[in-house]
Amino acid sequence: MASAEYDTAPRRDLAVSVKILIAGGFGVGKTTMVGSISEITPLRTEELITELSSGVDDLAGIENKTTTTVALDFGRITIDDNLVLYLFGTPGQDRFWFLWDELALGALGAVVLADTRRLENSFPAVDFFESRGVPFVVAVNCFDRAPLYTDRDVREALDLDAHTPIAFCDARDRESCKTVLLALMEHLITQASSALPG
Amino acid sequence: MTTGWFGGAPSEGDGENVEEWYEDDGPMVRPYAVTRGRTVGAGHNLDMLTVVAAAHPAPRLRRTEPEYHEILRLCRTSLSVAEVAAALRLPLAVTKILIGDLIAEGNLNFRAPLQQRSGHHDVRILRAVLDGIRRI
Repeated sequence: MASAEYDTAPRRDLAVSVKILIAGGFGVGKTTMVGSISEITPLRTEELITELSSGVDDLAGIENKTTTTVALDFGRITIDDNLVLYLFGTPGQDRFWFLWDELALGALGAVVLADTRRLENSFPAVDFFESRGVPFVVAVNCFDRAPLYTDRDVREALDLDAHTPIAFCDARDRESCKTVLLALMEHLITQASSALPG
Repeated sequence: MTTGWFGGAPSEGDGENVEEWYEDDGPMVRPYAVTRGRTVGAGHNLDMLTVVAAAHPAPRLRRTEPEYHEILRLCRTSLSVAEVAAALRLPLAVTKILIGDLIAEGNLNFRAPLQQRSGHHDVRILRAVLDGIRRI
């Protein structure tokens, strides 16, 4: 939530930022995708986790371990002078889920990267975005020697709504990642255009 | 909000308290040393994607810590809070406090990110992003 004291002085001459999340299980290629499409070398920043009282069970009671850091990898695409798009890889470990809420706040939408050898690793991300109403596309990262599945196989395995787009991609390839992001944007525009006012 | 030994500053001149303060801090001392132990500052409501840029003209920087000067140097071109944190190699929470100080003192301008509820963004923004991705 933006602070009132700051919002009293918005600076229209500065670019405004928007974000897209790249989610998926550990090792599915989130950072690779961010790196393929970002105009800058992906950056890494760290969030300090200090509020142990907020119910982080895994850490509760571990004295001397009062803080931990979660790394966030992100990239940037400058759309124009007024608009900058940031791409955030979400933390892969389930124990940092509470961070996803802050990341998801205000996101345009998300890409759920999936690996057909470990499709079940995509379930938490799909569930999260569905429950928060964040529109997403599923991008199947086609690893070498991974079994090939059809669009329908993936849709059934992940129990996706009929309207959720599925794309097949190579997270290492810029054009391929572009195709995924374009599919997401078209999905978002379709949704926004069909939504009735009010 | 976690309180305890981090909830308030140790009283100055009280040797015993100061010693305890450092003894139990563990890794907490270093991340927050640059903010003089503050975990909450003017910047606590900043988003990691708030865009900041050095103000022109700006009041003279009264702070001597090198991090403030480094932030103003970085922000000659506009950057997000997350990019500043990555460049400084400081945690986001710490960077937000430092940036909040500079905003409060008029050295940085800022603009909060678009915060519409997901799925409710303006079609014009979505089209601009689509076109921008096509161009890269």
